[in-house]
Amino acid sequence: MTLLKVAGLNKRFGGVIAAKGVTFELEAGDMLAIIGPNGAGKSTTFNMVGGQLRPDSGEVLLADKPVSGLAPRDVWRRGIGRTFQIAQTFVSMSVAENVQMALISWHGRILSFGARAQTLYRSEALDLLDLVGMRDDADRPVRELAYGDVKRVELAIALASAPKLLLMDEPTAGMAPKERSQLMDITATIARQRKIGVLFTEHDMDAVFAHADRILVLVRGEIIADGKPDEVRANARVKQVYLGDMGVAAAMRARRGRA
Amino acid sequence: MDLSFVIIQSLSGLASASSLFIIASGLTIVFGVTRIVNFAHGSLYMLGGYLGVTIVPLLLDVDRSLPMFLLGVLISALIVGAVGALMEILLLRRIYHVPELFQLLATFGVVLIVQDLVIKVWGAVEIPGPRAPSLRHGVFILDQRFPAYELFLIAAGLVVLAGLWLLMQKTRFGVLIRAATQDREMVAALGVNQAWLFTGTLFLGAFLAGLGGALQIPRVAINTQMDISIITEVFVVTVIGGMGSVPGAFIAALIIGQLQAFGILIFPKITLVLVFLLMAVVLVIKPWGLFGKPDASAGRAILPEGILSLKRFGTVDNLVAGVAIAVLLALPVFGDNYMIKVGIEVLVLALAAFSLHFLIGVGGIVSFGHAAYFGIGAYAAGLLVTRLGFAMEPALILAPLIAGAFAALFGYFIVRLSGIYLAMLTLAFAQIVYAVCFQWVDLTGGDNGVVGVWPSGWATSRQVYFYLVLAFTLSAIIALRHAIYTPFGYALRAARDSATRADAIGIDVRRIRWFAFTLSGAAAGLAGGLYSFSKGSIDPTMISIPMSVDFLVMVLLGGIQTVMGPLVGAAAFHSIKDFFMPLTDFWRMFLGASIILMVLVFPRGIAGAASLLTDRFKPNPKPLGLPA
Repeated sequence: MTLLKVAGLNKRFGGVIAAKGVTFELEAGDMLAIIGPNGAGKSTTFNMVGGQLRPDSGEVLLADKPVSGLAPRDVWRRGIGRTFQIAQTFVSMSVAENVQMALISWHGRILSFGARAQTLYRSEALDLLDLVGMRDDADRPVRELAYGDVKRVELAIALASAPKLLLMDEPTAGMAPKERSQLMDITATIARQRKIGVLFTEHDMDAVFAHADRILVLVRGEIIADGKPDEVRANARVKQVYLGDMGVAAAMRARRGRA
Repeated sequence: MDLSFVIIQSLSGLASASSLFIIASGLTIVFGVTRIVNFAHGSLYMLGGYLGVTIVPLLLDVDRSLPMFLLGVLISALIVGAVGALMEILLLRRIYHVPELFQLLATFGVVLIVQDLVIKVWGAVEIPGPRAPSLRHGVFILDQRFPAYELFLIAAGLVVLAGLWLLMQKTRFGVLIRAATQDREMVAALGVNQAWLFTGTLFLGAFLAGLGGALQIPRVAINTQMDISIITEVFVVTVIGGMGSVPGAFIAALIIGQLQAFGILIFPKITLVLVFLLMAVVLVIKPWGLFGKPDASAGRAILPEGILSLKRFGTVDNLVAGVAIAVLLALPVFGDNYMIKVGIEVLVLALAAFSLHFLIGVGGIVSFGHAAYFGIGAYAAGLLVTRLGFAMEPALILAPLIAGAFAALFGYFIVRLSGIYLAMLTLAFAQIVYAVCFQWVDLTGGDNGVVGVWPSGWATSRQVYFYLVLAFTLSAIIALRHAIYTPFGYALRAARDSATRADAIGIDVRRIRWFAFTLSGAAAGLAGGLYSFSKGSIDPTMISIPMSVDFLVMVLLGGIQTVMGPLVGAAAFHSIKDFFMPLTDFWRMFLGASIILMVLVFPRGIAGAASLLTDRFKPNPKPLGLPA
C-alpha cells in the first residue's frame, strides 16, 4: 500500500500560482526530497501536506485516508510528525520533558490532573532520545544545547507519536556540515528501521543526493522531474533550472569536447 | 428622530471623534516607533488640560481674543511635548528592550507620579476652563443650536490629520517615523540617530496629547481622573485602528465618536460597554486591528518571561513553608486584631497574585485586568448576600463559579490574541466590568458600593474568619500549584514556549489557554469573595485599574520566574502599603517611583534575586544557546 498519495494539489496566493497540479507518491521507509529554486512552491506543498495550509483543490491521502484540510493537530493524530525549518522546542523544559510532552499528548493524558508530568512516560522518552543519540543530555535544559542537538531533540519529539510519515522542512538549515550528515544518517536509519516515510525539503544538495531515495524537482509550482537521484541529476530540464541556459550550453560544449 | 437631530448628533459625535483622534494619533505614533504602549499618555493629556487652564487665562487677561486662546493652547501643548521628550530621555530609553509587561508597568508608574504631582500643584478640585473668545456662541443648523466650539474642534482634528500627513510624507523626520514603524532594526542599521528619532517621536506624541488636553478646557472641567478615563478610550481607538497606524486611529475615532453619539440615545448607561464590545469584535475578526500589521518580532525565538524551571520543594523550602504555615496558624492566637486583619488581607491578595502568576508565569498570558475577576468574585458574594439574602457559605461557593464563568466568557476572546493586543483586551474587559459596577447604581450602589457584607454568625469573629480564609486560600494555592506540575501545566507552558510546536504535537493551544484563564479567574474570584466578607463591603476600587496593577506589582515583586514568588510579593507589597500609606500623602508617587525602580533595577523580583544569590554558590550554568 502506498503510504502517501498527493493528487493534483493547487494553491494560489493572489496572482501567484504556488502549486499547480502537484502529484506524487511516497512509500513507507522511503526518503523523498523536494528540491527547487527559491519560490518554487516547496514550502507551500509541504505545508499543504502538514495541514498548515489548505489546498485550493486536490487531495492528500495518508494510507488511503484523506488528510487535506485538517488542522495540524488532527493531521498529527493521523500519523504525520514534523520538524520545522527553525527548530521548535519548549525552551523552558529539559530535553526529556520536551519528548515527554509529546508522549503525554499522544496518549491523551493532558488533562490527567492526578499525574505529575515530570515522571510521565519518562522511560519511553529516554528510549526515543537514545534513538537520536541524546540520552545523555536528557536532563539538560533544551535551551543550553548546541543547535545541532536541538534539531535531534526535535526529531525525537516528532517520533513520539510513532508517525507513519515524517515531514522535515529544511532539516539541516543552520547546522554545521558535520552535524548535517549526522542528522540525515540518523533520520535515514530510523526511517528504514521503523518503516517511516520521510518527506523533506532541502537546499543542501549534498544532503539531498546522499540521502534521498527519490527526488522531486519543483519549479514555479510544477513538478518538472521525479525520480532516483541519478535520473534527476541527468535530467536536462533540471540542469537548465539549476545551472541556467549558460550552464547547459557549457555542459554541452564540454560533452562535445570530450567526444 | 428627525433629520436635524440626526445631523446634530452626528456632528457632536464628530467633535468627540476629533478630540479622540488628536490624542490617539500621538499614542499610536509613539507605539509605532518605540513599540511601547505609553500608559502615561493619558497623564500627558491631563497635564495639557491643567496647563491650559493655567496659561490660557493669563493670556486672555492680556487680550481677550481667539488668537491668544490658541496661543495658550499651543504653549501648553509644547510644554507637554517637552515633558514627553524628558520622559523618553529619563525612562523610556532604558526600557526599550524589556518585555511589554514591564514597559506597561513602568509607564503606569509615571501615571501614579503625575497624579500626585497634579494634586500637589493644582489641588484635588475640578478647575473649569475659560471659554474660547469668538467661539462662545451657537450656530444654527436646520434650526438646531450647535456650539461653535464643537465645529472648531472638528476642524482642529482635520488640521491635525492634514498636518500629520504632511509631516509623514514631506519631512525627513516623518519618513524616519514611518520607516521605524515598519522596521526599527533596519532603520538603526542604516545609521539613523535613534536617540534623536525616539526623543523627537515622544515630543510629537506628547505634544498631541497635550494639545488634545488643552483643547478640552472650554468643554469640560479639568480634573484628576481625566488621565485614566481618557487612556482607556484612547487604547480602544488605537487597538481598533491598528497600533502604529495614524489613518487607522482616525477611522477608529470616527466610528467610536458616532457609536457614542448614537449609542447614548439607545443605551444611555452602557455606551462604554458598546465601545469595548466593538473592540472585542474587531480583534476577533482582525487580531491586529483594522489597519495594523502583525508584529515582525512575533514568532522569534526568545526566552519567555516567566517560570523557566520547575523546582520541587527541597528540605529548605519545606522548612520555610512549614514555618510559614505554623506562623499563620498561630497568628490569631498571639496576634492582635490589627495583625489578624492584615493577615487576612495578605492571604487573600496572595491567592489573587498567585492566580495571576499562573497566567503570566506559566501561560505567558499577560493580563492587565485581573482585578476584573477579583472584583466579580467580590461583587457576586456581596450582592448575593445583601440583595438576595444568601448566607455566606453558598455565596463563597458561587463567587468563584461566577467569576470563572465571566473569565470563560472574556477569555474566549482574549486567548485568541497575544502580546500587547492581549494585554489591551484584558484591560478593556476589566474596564467594562468596572463601568457596569460603577454605573449600575441601583444594583451595585455605584461609586459607594454596598455595605453589610458580613460573614455568617459562626464566622463573625476575626479569629474564626482568619482560619476560614487560611483554609480556603491555602487549598486554592496548593491546588493551583499542583496544576503547574501536572501535564496540563506543562501543556500550558509548552504553548507559551512555542505555540507552533505545541500545535504540531496535538496540543489545542487555544483551549488550554482558555481553560487556564477560566481557572485563574475562578481562583481570583474566590479571593475577591473572601475579601468582601472581610471588609464587610464592596466598592468599585476592587475592580479598578490600580487594583490590577497592584496584583501585577505583587507578581513582579515576588519574581516572575519563581513559582512561589507571588506569595512573597503579596506579603511584601501589602505590608509596605499598609505601613507607608497612612504616613504619606504621596503614596501613589512613592508606589510609582518604586515600580519604575523595580523595572529598571530589579526585574526578577525579591524571590528572583534570592534564587540568583543561591545560584551564585552553584557551578555556573552554560549560557543560553538559543537559535536565531
